[in-house]
Order: sequence, then structure tokens, then C-alpha cells
Amino acid sequence: MLLIPCPYCGFARPEIEFRHAGAAHIVRPEEPASDAAYAAFLYERDNVKGITAERWRHVHGCGRFFNLLRDTVSDRILAAYKPGEKKPEIAG
Amino acid sequence: MSGFRSESVGAIDRARRLNFTFDGVPYQGHPGDTLASALLANGVSLMGRSFKYHRPRGVLAAGAEEPNALVTVSRGPGRVTPNLRASEVELHDGLVATSQNRFPSLAFDLGAINARLKPLFPAGFYYKTFMGPALGGKAVLWNRLFEPLIRRAAGLGRPPEEPDPDEYASTFAHAEVLVIGSGEAGLRAAFDASANPATRVILCEMENDFGGWLRNAAPGSADSRFRDEALATLCARPNVRMLARTQAFGMFLQGFVALAERVTDHLAEPAPDLPRERLWQLRAGRIVLATGALERPLVFPDNDRPGILLASAAHALLARNGVIPGRAIAIATATDSAYDTAHVLREAGGNVVAILDLRGASAAANAARAEGFRVETGVTLLGTAGKNALKGVIVAPVAQGQRQGPSETLACDSLLVSGGFTPTLHLLSQARGKLRWDETLSAFVPGELPEGIAIAGVATGDFPPAMRGAALGLLPGNEGKAASAFVDFQNDVTVRDIRLATREGFRSIEHVKRYTTTGMATDQGKTSNIHALAIAAEALGQSIPETGHTTFRQPYTPVTFGTFAGPHRGAMFEPTRLTPMHDLAVTQGAIFEDIGQWKRAHALPRAGESVGDAVQREARMVRETVGLFDASTLGKIELIGRDAAVFLDRLYTNPLAKLPVGRSRYALMLNEAGFIIEDGIVARLGENRFHVTTTTGGAARVLHAMEDYRQTEFTDLDVFPASVTEHWAVIAVQGPKARETIAPFIEGIDLSNEAFPHMAIREGRFAGVPCRLMRASFTGELGYEVNVPAGHGLAAMEALLQRAESLGGGLYGLEAMHVLRAEKGYIIVGQETDGTVTPGDCGLDWAIGKTKPFFIGQRGLARPDLVASGRKQLVGLLPDDPQLVPEEGAQIIRESDPSTGVSASGHVTSAYRSPHLGRSFALGLLQDGARRHGETVVLPMPGGRVTLTVTAPVLVDPEGRRLHG
Repeated sequence: MLLIPCPYCGFARPEIEFRHAGAAHIVRPEEPASDAAYAAFLYERDNVKGITAERWRHVHGCGRFFNLLRDTVSDRILAAYKPGEKKPEIAG
Repeated sequence: MSGFRSESVGAIDRARRLNFTFDGVPYQGHPGDTLASALLANGVSLMGRSFKYHRPRGVLAAGAEEPNALVTVSRGPGRVTPNLRASEVELHDGLVATSQNRFPSLAFDLGAINARLKPLFPAGFYYKTFMGPALGGKAVLWNRLFEPLIRRAAGLGRPPEEPDPDEYASTFAHAEVLVIGSGEAGLRAAFDASANPATRVILCEMENDFGGWLRNAAPGSADSRFRDEALATLCARPNVRMLARTQAFGMFLQGFVALAERVTDHLAEPAPDLPRERLWQLRAGRIVLATGALERPLVFPDNDRPGILLASAAHALLARNGVIPGRAIAIATATDSAYDTAHVLREAGGNVVAILDLRGASAAANAARAEGFRVETGVTLLGTAGKNALKGVIVAPVAQGQRQGPSETLACDSLLVSGGFTPTLHLLSQARGKLRWDETLSAFVPGELPEGIAIAGVATGDFPPAMRGAALGLLPGNEGKAASAFVDFQNDVTVRDIRLATREGFRSIEHVKRYTTTGMATDQGKTSNIHALAIAAEALGQSIPETGHTTFRQPYTPVTFGTFAGPHRGAMFEPTRLTPMHDLAVTQGAIFEDIGQWKRAHALPRAGESVGDAVQREARMVRETVGLFDASTLGKIELIGRDAAVFLDRLYTNPLAKLPVGRSRYALMLNEAGFIIEDGIVARLGENRFHVTTTTGGAARVLHAMEDYRQTEFTDLDVFPASVTEHWAVIAVQGPKARETIAPFIEGIDLSNEAFPHMAIREGRFAGVPCRLMRASFTGELGYEVNVPAGHGLAAMEALLQRAESLGGGLYGLEAMHVLRAEKGYIIVGQETDGTVTPGDCGLDWAIGKTKPFFIGQRGLARPDLVASGRKQLVGLLPDDPQLVPEEGAQIIRESDPSTGVSASGHVTSAYRSPHLGRSFALGLLQDGARRHGETVVLPMPGGRVTLTVTAPVLVDPEGRRLHG
């Protein structure tokens, strides 16, 4: 069970307090959007071996959504940051 | 064989005797015995039959790594545990153990015919032999004949058939330092770590006592004194917790470790309040793995006879249990440590007939010769004599890997083997630590360590000189007999099987493992993996590091289902949610059904009435007079904020921004792709306050989605959603007499049709308590939904029921509600929809705000596939046989005699008997259904085809007169 740092609460808590909420930084394309662009927004996701950005919600804690950088190989958590904040630059 | 008890050595309580049975035969042992040691002391060496060939097998090891001696222990009905390692089962008075995988008896096993047929059972035998022939796409012979036969013949113990009456506990723990293993290194690590009283230290040991190999030390020796003193100190420190009989079976990331503690199995009469086992979920700041090393056996023909033990196991059996495994003991070794075993056995009264050193001359060999042992160096083992028990070992000289000269059969009834040691690093590997091949040790040693994990003692690979040395793979001189040289004892994998796998093209060790099943038994190859790897590497002509190793997985040893389930069984499996009016439904005879965690009244049959009849009566009652329905399980969300209207307008398809105060709408929520994910009612209580209902199952999901959009996309909006599901009890009052039913209780709300039309909401009082009254209908009748504070729900329902009964009405349940809503063509999200259904597919285009600039799913709805023709659309379906209720989920085809391969055109989503229509009916999704009204379609069912006529989905009151009455 992972220990996940919540950037709102300021400490790490066990994974059972959180809910995974999909890939981070997926933005609905500006209209008018092509069908291809919209399909990519809906369905095309990276399946990263290495550092991935994903959304989590501290659903049994503060209730806030936030972003996490996690290495999918080691499961090491590299950064937690709030929505709207820039994705931290981490060499992967 | 004839193992016996030493008169002087062994940490058992000789004064007390314990009675036990094995395969029904009574024996005696002593406190301190394991089942294996007690059987050996009684001269019993045959303890099991092997998995595939039913070969006779005895105990090989003294601990958790035991591959052969698997037994079933019965502690009464439901308390049957199969596949326990006899080397770990602690003896208690009255223990009942049986052997496994034999018929009719352990000594005479009919399944042993498999051993004669061994040439027919190579690696991959099942894959190769039983996959065909197929009949109509089905592997008939496999399913009906081979698999059941193989499952019966091959195998392990049988699981218990009765429910498990034992209790299991689960606990969480935190520690600054966790030490796994209590041998010398573990004791030292725990001792050092706990010197600071603020450091919480947990020391866990899988065996029944602490000390590891220190337990083998002679009483009074320096090692023994060190153990006693260290244990005394640790037990006295309040910051140290000592857990014996506790297996660290899973190691995860960030210091998370799972432990299984065996609490009562070793007790003859456990206290009734004790759990049988306890699961520990532990988070440690730092972990010290002091897990020691496991000795490897030797690979040579017929190396699996009962009487062949690991040298280290014989040492432990003697020191702990006072057992000498035979009257004439031979020792075959590639390490010096087996010489120590020879010494202690002789001192305890054992007869060591020879030490067969697979290596060349050495100081240890010379010293042993000087002490009078017969020592042969530079030899190989060519086989063994005996059948159910060992009678001798065949030895020949060897030089440069070639056998030299004639062989000699050395009579012995016990052979102790030492093929070298392997650091026990399963847990490190589970936690994704790296292993590194050490050529000088011929073993994997710790490589890169994860953060917070340290290795101590021999697990590091820092072996004392006596543990160094190895004989890997098939011993020389046995090339023609690879088929009888066992590598994985528990799964009966031989040297030949592994070589065959490489010849058949399996080059990855992971594939070799799966094809041969080596290392895949319940022992996970603890004693065999390195041999298997060496044999595969040699056959592939590459080095062991190039070949790599297989992945270690949790659990280290098998863990019972009870440990994982803990208290979460039966009523404790998950929370049960009851509405405030639940007790009333109980007294009214409700049959309940589970909807998620909720208990909902399915129907309320009267005395002598069938459930089906009750549903028909309840549905008729609503159409004719009035019915009351407990709708408290509906999700309810209250939204406040200046931008609540704008927010809801974006989340739902309907135009909600300008919804007047006091009005509500049936609203649809789509996902980004444009498919229906939720429906409900959005009601405006004030300029900045909304009351939103959701489906029973969707309450948490909708709130989650609202929070998601609020927090991450529409962050500029001032809106706050909160769950009020459990704050309001909801009673749906439905039927032509609904207004009459509620009128006496309502204060402050004009109930007239003009003042309070369909889809209005008002706040007032119900029998003096605050009330949110909605005019809404999920039945097609005049309807109200009475919301009162949850604490008043029961009283409100009781009052309304009395009133309704005086008007000829009463309670109705979930099934009648379904009949009523389906007659009106109202969808249930998740029943009519499945995540691929758009509003248009359901005839709900009217719920979409055509002029809205934006809503979630708007762009998705414009995608080519969603606007294309040929989509499945909601229809009504009337069976030609009005008594026949079609099966929900049945596939709809349009031809009455379709050829093979014709796709279904849709499926039945809901089907009921309608008292109002006097016949059965169904709803379904049918390709281009909206323009197929009047056509005949077919359901191909096992009992023959069912024909139906397609109609519009609204079968009752399509004009909506009853609704607006």
C-alpha cells in the first residue's frame, strides 16, 4: 500500500484514503475541435513505463483532487502538486 | 528407516508425552516436537506422496522451505487445514494429521502407477495432450473428462467443506524499526535499534521460538548464552514487541509489510476468545532483513527417497527435538558445515557411516578422518537404493567432472545432503530490491537495496567459511538418468523436464518456469530454484546472470483465506445501510433485496400471498388508489453558491441556468463521450440553493464528479455541493389519490394543481416538521415526494400509511416501482443504459438544451458514431404469448431463422408482467428501433424462440393525463 503525500493536508497518508482519478493534464480541446482531436482527448492515453502524471483525490481526507508524479517501474512517488500548477520537471 | 530419539540432546520436554495420530495410527511425542520430528522419532519417514508421480516422500527440511511433507491437520468440523508443512506443525496433545495425495494408503498408493508412466509425462504434457479435439469450439474432452480426472488425481490436500468456525483478527501497527528473523543477526539488530527507548522495534520470527540457528547451539555454549541474554534484554525493553509464529509474507514499498501470526493452532485447547490467526499490516520506518539462508539439496538420480534430508535440517532436528534421523547415516556435502552436523550427530549417539565430500581433499576432510570418520572426497552420487525408505546410496569417484572407476553402494537409512546455501531474499525481491549473482558463492546476494531496507547476517551473502561451497545442477556421471533426478520435489520437475523445455525453445527462465512448473508449487521452489536455474543456464549455454531469475511473489509461505478475510465475513463483510423506515417495512412483511449496501423492500407480500402476486397487487394499487414507497435511498445533494445554477447547467444536459425557483427538472448527466451516466431531479429551492437527486447507486459517483469539475475545471465558479442523502427520509406518494393522502399533513403549501404543478418543489411542514415537498412521478401517476428530516421518517411513513390504507392504498416495493416505471418507458440508468447509450437512443432528446453554449458531453454527442444511423434505440416489446415474461439480457434478432454468425440487433433490458395491461411486456434496445414499431423480432432462447412485436416504449398513458391530474 502506497503512502501518498497530499499537497493540501501536507503529509503522507495510506493509499486507502485516496481514490485514483485517471491521467493528469488531459484537457478538453478548444472548440471547434476536430473529431480526431476529441477522440484523442477521450480515449488516447499514454501507458508510461517510467514517470507518469496522474490525478488522485484525497476522498477520505480533505476531499481535494491533486496531481502526482509516480514512477510506474519503482512505484516511487516523485512529486505531488495542486491542479493548475505546472508539472514539476523531473528527469526520468 | 528408523529414526530415533537421542537420549541426551534436544530441547524437548521428555517428562511429558503428547498423543497424536497420523493417518489414524496413534503415536506419542513430546512438547517441543514438530509433527515431522515426532514422526521421525517414531521411525516414520514416509510422510507424503509427490504431486505428479505419487513418489513416496519424507521430510527434507526443518522449516518453512519443506517441499515434501505436506499434511492435512484436522481440528474438528470446518477446522481442516490442508497442505501444512509437517516440519512447521507444532505437536500438541490430540493432534490429528493425515497424509495427502494417496489412495488407498500412504504406503500402498495406486497413483504411484504414474511413476511407471513417467516417460509419458514430460514437461508440458497437459498442454500437449489434452487440448483437443474440440467439438463446436469447445474442448469437450478436456472439460468433461481430463480436467476432472487430473484434478482428482494430481494434487494437494482437499479444502475443508464446512464453513470455518474460527475467528480471525486484523491489526495495524507502526514501528521505527522492523526486524524480520531472530537469528543472531536479527537479535543484534533488534538489540541495537531498541537501545533508544523512543524507537519502537518489532521483531518477528516465523518459527515458534526466537533464535534461528542459535537454537541449534549446545546448551551452555557461548552462542546459547548470547541468545538467552539477548532475549531477556529485548523482552525487558518496553519499546520492543516480539512476535513469534509470525510470518512476514509480503513486503511492499515504503516500509509496508504484511505479517501472518499463528495464534492458536499450536494449542491443544485454545482459549475461546483467541483468534486463530492475526493479520498485521505494518508500516516501518526501517526494515532489517535478517532472514538467514536456506540450504540446497543435491540433484542426482532418485534423490527424493524418504530418509534424504538437508544436513542443516538434521542438525536442527537433533538440537531442537532430539531426533536422529537414522541408524546408519551418510552425509553428502559440498560445504564444510555438514562436517559440524556429523560431529553433533555422533556426539548425540548417531552412527555416521560416511562423509561423501563432492569436492577434493580439504582440511575439514582430513580433520574428520583423524577423528575416525570415514571420509570419501572427490566423489559423485549415482543414485539411491530403496523404495518407501532409503536403503543405500551409490557413490563413485569423479575427476574433472567425469566419473572414474566403479561405483559402490553404501548401505544407509539416512542420507544428509548439503549442496550449498542461498541467502533468503524473497522479501527483498518482493519490495523490488535487486539481486546480484555471486559466482564464488553460487548464489544470489543483495544488490541495490530499496530505501529503508537493510540486510543483516548471512542473508547478505557474507557467509562464514563453513557455508561456502556449492554443487549446482545434476551431479556428474548421471547424464543418462536426468529423468529420475528431481529438481523441484513438490511439483515433480526433473532435470530432463528443464532440459526439454530449453530444447523446445523456451529461453526465458520465466517461460521455462511456467512450462515445467518448476518453482510454482506452494513452496515456490525455496530449495530448488537455484538448481533449476543452473540446469536451464547450462542447457542454454549461457551464464546464470544472463539467464536471470524468476520473480519472487507474495506470500513467502501460504496464508489462509481466514487471515486475509479477518473479521470481514457474513454480516461484517460490508456495511449495511438501512433507511429510517426500515423497521416499518419489516413489520409489513417486506422481502428485502440488496441494492449496493442498501436493504430495499422488494415487495411486501401479505399472509398467503406469493411475491409475484404481491408485486401485481402493489402495482395495481398505485394505478387505482395510492401507494407509498420508501425512496430514502435516492442520492441527494444540496448545492449552494452564487454560481450553482451555472454549474448545474454545465454538468447536466438540460437548460438549468434559468430554472425558476420552486421548479425542478428531470435531468441527464453525460460523460465527456456523450453517454448517459446518471439521471435525477434538479430542483431549485432558492436563487443560490438547489436540491439534486441521484440514483441510489450513483450518489457518491455524482458528488465525486461534481467535486472534480468544481475543483479542477470550473474553478472560477462559486458553488459548494454537499451530500444530504442521509439527512432526508423520502416517501414517494403515488397514485390518483396521492393529493388526498398527503393533504391532511401538509402545512404552508397550496397543493392545488395550479399552485403546485408537476415538477414543482415547495418547502413547508409535514405534521409539524420541516418538509421539502416535490411533485414528481416515477410511476406516471400523480405523485409527490415527501422529504422530512431522517429522524422523522418513520413517524411520517406510519402516519401516511394509516391515511393511505383508509383510501384503499398501502406500501409498494421496488419491483412494483419497476413495473410502473417500465410501463411508462422510464429508464433506469444501468439497466436501460450500459455506458454506450445516448439521450437520443432513449428518446430523451427533449432533455437536451439545444441552445446551450456548453454542457459535459455536448461535443461527444456530435461525434460521427453517435450521430450515425443504425444506433440501438429504446423500444417497447410485446411478446406474442402474453403470459411469457422474456429474460432480461436476451439477445434480439430480426430474422426468425438466422444463419450462423448473424449479429444480434439488440437486447432486452427490462421485462415484467403488467397488471394494468393484463399481459407481459418488455423494454429493449434495438437497432433503428424507433422506426421498427410494429415489426416482429425474435429472442433465440434455450427453450425455443420467443417472438415479440416492437412498439413505442410508453405503454401506459402516453399523453401524460394521469401525471398532470
